[in-house]
Amino acid sequence: MTNEKTVREPLFHISKRDTLPWWKCWLIRIAAVFAALVLSSLLIIVLVKKNPVELYASIFNGNFGSGTKTWLTFQDTAILLCIALAVTPAFKMKFWNIGAEGQVLAGCLASAACVFYIGSSVPNWLLLVIMTVCAILAGAIWAVIPAVFKAIFNTNETLFTLMMNYIATFLIAFFLNKWVKSGSGTLGILEDGHFPVIGDNPSLLTVLIVLFFAAAMFVYLKFSKHGYEIAVVGESVNTAKYAGINVKKVIIRTLILSGALCGITGLLLVGAINHTLTTSLAGGRGFTAIMVSWLAKFNPLYMILTAFIVVFFQKGANQLASDFPTLMTKDFGDIIVGIIFLFIIGCEFFIGYAIKFRKREKKEKTAEVTE
Amino acid sequence: MGVFVSFLSGAVRLGTTFLYGSTGETLTEKSGHLNLGIPGIMCFGALGGCIGVSMVGSVPVLTVLVAIIFSFCFAGLLGLLYSFLTVTLRCNQNVTGLTITTFGVGCTNHFISQVNTSSFSRASTHFTNLFTFHENLGWFGELFLSYGIMVYLAIAIAILASLFLTKTKKGLYLRAVGENPATADAAGISVTAYRYVATIIGSGIAGLGGLFYIMDYLTGSWEYTIDAMGWLSIALVIFTVWKPNFGILGSFLFGGLYILANYVAVSFAMMNILKMIPFFVTIVVLIVTSIVGKKETQPPASLGLNYFREER
Repeated sequence: MTNEKTVREPLFHISKRDTLPWWKCWLIRIAAVFAALVLSSLLIIVLVKKNPVELYASIFNGNFGSGTKTWLTFQDTAILLCIALAVTPAFKMKFWNIGAEGQVLAGCLASAACVFYIGSSVPNWLLLVIMTVCAILAGAIWAVIPAVFKAIFNTNETLFTLMMNYIATFLIAFFLNKWVKSGSGTLGILEDGHFPVIGDNPSLLTVLIVLFFAAAMFVYLKFSKHGYEIAVVGESVNTAKYAGINVKKVIIRTLILSGALCGITGLLLVGAINHTLTTSLAGGRGFTAIMVSWLAKFNPLYMILTAFIVVFFQKGANQLASDFPTLMTKDFGDIIVGIIFLFIIGCEFFIGYAIKFRKREKKEKTAEVTE
Repeated sequence: MGVFVSFLSGAVRLGTTFLYGSTGETLTEKSGHLNLGIPGIMCFGALGGCIGVSMVGSVPVLTVLVAIIFSFCFAGLLGLLYSFLTVTLRCNQNVTGLTITTFGVGCTNHFISQVNTSSFSRASTHFTNLFTFHENLGWFGELFLSYGIMVYLAIAIAILASLFLTKTKKGLYLRAVGENPATADAAGISVTAYRYVATIIGSGIAGLGGLFYIMDYLTGSWEYTIDAMGWLSIALVIFTVWKPNFGILGSFLFGGLYILANYVAVSFAMMNILKMIPFFVTIVVLIVTSIVGKKETQPPASLGLNYFREER
């Protein structure tokens, strides 16, 4: 090159890395979580101006302060995990289903409707079976509508599923107003259609069911032919086509599964936990679950951990809000969860890419900071 | 007649919230970034504006000005965070956006409890009253001149954004970046710069929607429903097939549909069905445009995809 002196290399450039060894990946992620925790502790200290140990005690207390609280933590983790499991196969396929909220609500509505209309006229076991079938159907239908349009017309599924959330919400509001004669729009506790309680613990059944689903989903994604097809479609639709995979079929089948699992979550919310129906039963968990699933790299077993982290801080913030009512609100949990997630999302960059700094003029120093 | 006019002007006022949100989101999406953080960003913008108002108090022109600047900057800051994560760090846009929403809504709901809201209802009069002579002009005055400054600002921004996208060179470049970043890059357009600027300015504009909703539409009373407005704004972007000038009428239509339930004599139950219509219509538009497949009505081709030059 003739004009070598005028060509300036930029300070650094970014290149794609080969796959890092797993322990390096996890080291980066743990560092990110740690940094996020430090930042949020600083935030707490600045805002509350209390000894941080006292605050952490309060956060811990909110989760494990008593036997009931501990089980509630497990139960909430289980529900969040269940929704995260539901969205995972779709996301792995790069089908951006952000309609889990609506699919869960559809499941809630279907199972509550069963109780409301036929609850008193059939035996409880039969009612539970009908509820389960209806909830699965409702969730699956809610998910499969966008999937069909995606498969046939390539309709944008992110926006479609997002809209379906609100239709489900208003549909519930509609039925609540129809069912409740007083016009208050709040349905009391439903007497029928309760799931059996194992021992004295009302949360145990939910936790066990969801753990079963987690294991099943792990096996399904990792060892079954379906799971393999999902992975291929997610990597490259064209590769899948050349390999003879029917992409449309895979999309629709996966979304039926995804929606069905969301429907089951709705069933659990109505039949095993709340025994009533409100528009806020899903409570934004349909969205949080996406982050839970993403952070766990779509691995159902890691998801147990990530779901727990989210629930831990949300419950902790609730406790902080009740312990320090003037300084804290329960929304603080969302801030902490947001910070942690933003750090973890950001750290994926350092796993996927390497930053190579410009070599200094003097030959000695070759800085490769991220290595 | 009187009821009808008040319905229309109500639709315009609520619709302005959506107009800000959708104009901002359209600019962002034109650069190829689907910013699902808009609900959180609108909340954050409202928070910024409210902090501005609580600092200045109730001084006529200054309050509005400071609130708008604060709101724009706060929302832009969150937009900067989003673009840093998605453009520079190339994180997944959907996940980042949803996290920004969680974070923004959480921050807003938390910090608003620490803001002194007592001056808001007085301050809001500076937002809602612009002209005083409209009362003498009957229905014409109520329909066209009865709004606060931010309604006209929203329309102006939407028209400017539309002109920018269709008539200017920079607008063409921005669209090129959203359609095919590799080609744009090869043509010497800085993809990174366009994506950053579009996202930050888009977020700032959307943030004004949050401020407008609190200060003008709700006349200064705080309510935790801005994020629902944000999702509707995203719906509106699709409804208007990524055209800010369609957005003006589209947003008023959405506003009308949203408040229609208060004006027609239907049962409580049916009100919910009416409120469902905007979302339902959006789905229909989404399906129809994807079936028809006309180039003009498609989403930007690389919407939701990050660009990395070395990737083939």
